Amino acid sequence: MTTPPLLSVRDLVVEFPTRRGTLRAIDKVSFDIAEGEVLGMVGESGAGKSLIGAAIIGLLEPPGRIAGGEILLRGERIDSLAAEPMRRIRGKRIGMVFQDPLTSLNPLYTVAEQLIETIRTHIDCNDREARERAVALLDRVGIPAAARRINDYPHHFSGGMRQRVVIALALAAEPELVIADEPTTALDVSVQAQIIDVLKEICAERGASVMLITHDMGVIAETADRVAVLYAGRLAEIGPVRDVIQHAEHPYTQGLMGSIPTLTQTSSRLVQIPGSMPRLDAIPQGCAFNPRCPHAMERCRRDRPGLLPRGADREVACWLYEAAEEEVRHG
Amino acid sequence: MADTVLQVAGLTRYFDVSKPWLNRVLEREERQFLTAVDDASFEIERGETFALVGESGSGKSTIAKMIVGLLAPSRGTIAFDGEPMHIQQGAAMRNLRRRFQMIFQDPFASLNPRWRVGEIIAEPIRTFGIASGAEVEREVARLLEVVGLSATDAGKFPHEFSGGQRQRIAIARALSSKPEFIVCDEPTSALDVSVQAQILNLMRDLQDEFGLTYLLISHDLSVVRHMANRIGVLYLGRLVEIADSKRLFTDPQHPYTRMLLDAVPDLALSGRRRTPVTGEIPNPINPPSGCAFHPRCPHVMERCKREIPLSRPTATGTAACHLLEDAPVA
Amino acid sequence: MSLSDQSKTPGRLARAWDSDIAWSFRHSPVALVAGAVSLLIILAAAFAPLIAPHDPFDPSTLNLMDGFSAPMEPNAFTGNVYWLGTDNQGRDVFSTILYGARISLFVGFAAVLLAMVLGIAAGLVAGYRGGWVDGLLMRVADVQLTFPSILLALLIFGIARGFIPPAYREEMAIWVLIVAIGLSDWVQYARVVRGATMVEKNKEYVQAAKLIGAHPAKIVLRHILPNVLGPVLVIATIGLALAIIAEATLSFLGVGVPPTQPSLGTLIRIGQGFLFSGEWWILLFPSITLLALALSVNLLGDWLRDALNPRLR
Repeated sequence: MTTPPLLSVRDLVVEFPTRRGTLRAIDKVSFDIAEGEVLGMVGESGAGKSLIGAAIIGLLEPPGRIAGGEILLRGERIDSLAAEPMRRIRGKRIGMVFQDPLTSLNPLYTVAEQLIETIRTHIDCNDREARERAVALLDRVGIPAAARRINDYPHHFSGGMRQRVVIALALAAEPELVIADEPTTALDVSVQAQIIDVLKEICAERGASVMLITHDMGVIAETADRVAVLYAGRLAEIGPVRDVIQHAEHPYTQGLMGSIPTLTQTSSRLVQIPGSMPRLDAIPQGCAFNPRCPHAMERCRRDRPGLLPRGADREVACWLYEAAEEEVRHG
Repeated sequence: MADTVLQVAGLTRYFDVSKPWLNRVLEREERQFLTAVDDASFEIERGETFALVGESGSGKSTIAKMIVGLLAPSRGTIAFDGEPMHIQQGAAMRNLRRRFQMIFQDPFASLNPRWRVGEIIAEPIRTFGIASGAEVEREVARLLEVVGLSATDAGKFPHEFSGGQRQRIAIARALSSKPEFIVCDEPTSALDVSVQAQILNLMRDLQDEFGLTYLLISHDLSVVRHMANRIGVLYLGRLVEIADSKRLFTDPQHPYTRMLLDAVPDLALSGRRRTPVTGEIPNPINPPSGCAFHPRCPHVMERCKREIPLSRPTATGTAACHLLEDAPVA
Repeated sequence: MSLSDQSKTPGRLARAWDSDIAWSFRHSPVALVAGAVSLLIILAAAFAPLIAPHDPFDPSTLNLMDGFSAPMEPNAFTGNVYWLGTDNQGRDVFSTILYGARISLFVGFAAVLLAMVLGIAAGLVAGYRGGWVDGLLMRVADVQLTFPSILLALLIFGIARGFIPPAYREEMAIWVLIVAIGLSDWVQYARVVRGATMVEKNKEYVQAAKLIGAHPAKIVLRHILPNVLGPVLVIATIGLALAIIAEATLSFLGVGVPPTQPSLGTLIRIGQGFLFSGEWWILLFPSITLLALALSVNLLGDWLRDALNPRLR
């Protein structure tokens, strides 16, 4: 038997009961994250990418709830854990970095107090050792004069520095997995690049896997090993970053890639996908993308495509490729 | 001959960020001023897209607001079609106002939630007396179709639309006074990329159809590269470089421009080595002496800390850096 | 090409019924009961002349012999039966309550309306203009807030009476009362509207209107005002309950409406004189009505505040 992957999400369903019926925000999403791997989770607003992160760490905001599937951390189910054991996993085994550093830092305590508390909660050491670790960590994430600045309050730091502190905090207990939800969205371009580099390097050093949730394909391209593309709460495509970016297979991913202006392209018009992503209460039958898809067939309007394997490490949820596969088989 | 639509010269804007009078007296503090825009000069030609790029605190939105008259400049002049703007009054001002418009960043805040879409688009038409009676309705219907919506959408409220559709409504409103010049303040930064592509394409089409001139304000270099003919780069309220779009990306003159380009994530996965970006934007209330970029500049010299560099001509524009002075462009 | 769906828009009524507010109302037992009680009292008061068995203000229908009838018991002299009994002058308590609630509600609504108009105007001007206008208006508001509003109403009432010739005092009393309560209550509207205005005026839709040179009055009234009315509605509802109580308090203290036109407060004042002589119903029934009215309106206000606050849902 092979060892289970670090994180395995199987047929995850997240639902929001509302007075107009139950909305299915995440619909049978499955993916794995391997040891030391950076998985990018990309999608447009409303695609449900942040909900997947929240579901994994057990922080779905009510009335949202996991209505199906399972989440396994090294083969153990964590989606059905009670609040207390889940709280121990958060922080110790799974670290978190959010978009707004201020939500992760308590404004009333100094950075030292917060870091030392986190370290001592999860790692057996005394106060002095914890402080040493904290300073080393801050130094590692690139905070100048860390030994002095550790005694400052969060508001003394600039936005970029604060996000560095949050990264230090997320890694303080040496977690196996870091979930970073739009970690650079609130930052300026020149700061964004630095934060991405720090996050990537420090996780690689410590062997932590990363689930990087973002709307920004550029950030994914720079950081991730594999990328999962989410559309209307369903996985459209998953595979190695280079393959997905350079040879997108799902028509949605193709449209998405074409719609991003780049510094090198010269064409005067961008590829545009007509229309917009459906609202959760109006997801079309069959493939959720079919009304906007240039290749939509009769079948796409009727049946929802599952993830079809395409090569060793790649899956695409599109009927186009089943047809191709069959042709190969029969021809 | 170049046909200049907008001429901005020595534009400067201070903001008084002092504490209230009583606090100043008790805490013995001086008045504090934030220089949001310092001595910016540029020209925009008819039919082109001129872009201002910069990060937060660069003053790009302040410049936009001064140009459309939402903020008064502290110093400097803005001339529209050769007419200085701030001295215009009454009917002349009204006529001038009709000719420029603005598209805002946040499509959720830029449309009055209590107004129907038809009323929102009709407001400039009525205010400028462009049409009246049933003609207004026809014009609104036409504009909605121009931006890719349906005439029946006039009866709906903004909350019934998605972000991209709202931005289309905002564009229809901007077009309704038949302007020549539109200031686009981060028009797509609140939108998803696939919707951004729709809006950028629409802006392109409208420019071709109506011969519009755009001033595009953005922090996103890829968007700017895609849309603009000429680009001005702002850092802490100062224009550090102006250049033709192509030239700026292939041959950046100012070290800050180079750094910005290096910071853009590489989607082509070309594996190009990037110079690591360093440092953060200083507090604009207490900007560094001399060249504001000097604490982050890899080529900093003693002189940069003392003297503010002047704009010098480059191949296709200007740049403000002491380096260029020592080694004049060939 | 159209990018928006062309689905048929339902009628105004259907949409109102389907709105979140209406749904929240239908699913809140407290709101339903409070709404029903408020509506019942308001309707009964509005149609008092049609419902009331007697007109308590018409002396010709009164019989002093009917005085002090206990509820549901035949009168010792006349044999007449009154549901809620009669007072010392033989007035039917049920009828006086209907007419009293009418006056209480009228004063309450009018005072709230006055406070609202004053407060909204001051709040809009202060919030939109800012600077010294804002400073001045808000300092006045601060000073006024340091006095309990009932004290202020008493003060205004006293000053006003000093200016009105005695012959008109009774006639004018109700209007003086409205002005006194209204003037003592504008501050909270002004503060809320000012805050909301300062938020709205920086939104881009207001900038878009400024850009085309729209007149400031038009920007304030057509653009900003509709967007700041939500919280005002909440305060107004709770304010109505407070105004009714303020009216009752003033009338109870004897500075409110004259006994010839008794409001609920006046009735309570009259009634408390008979409590210890055994005629409890003269005090009890008006008090219960006042309590039910003030409580249900207040509960409605609480519900409305929660329903309009998306964060609490």
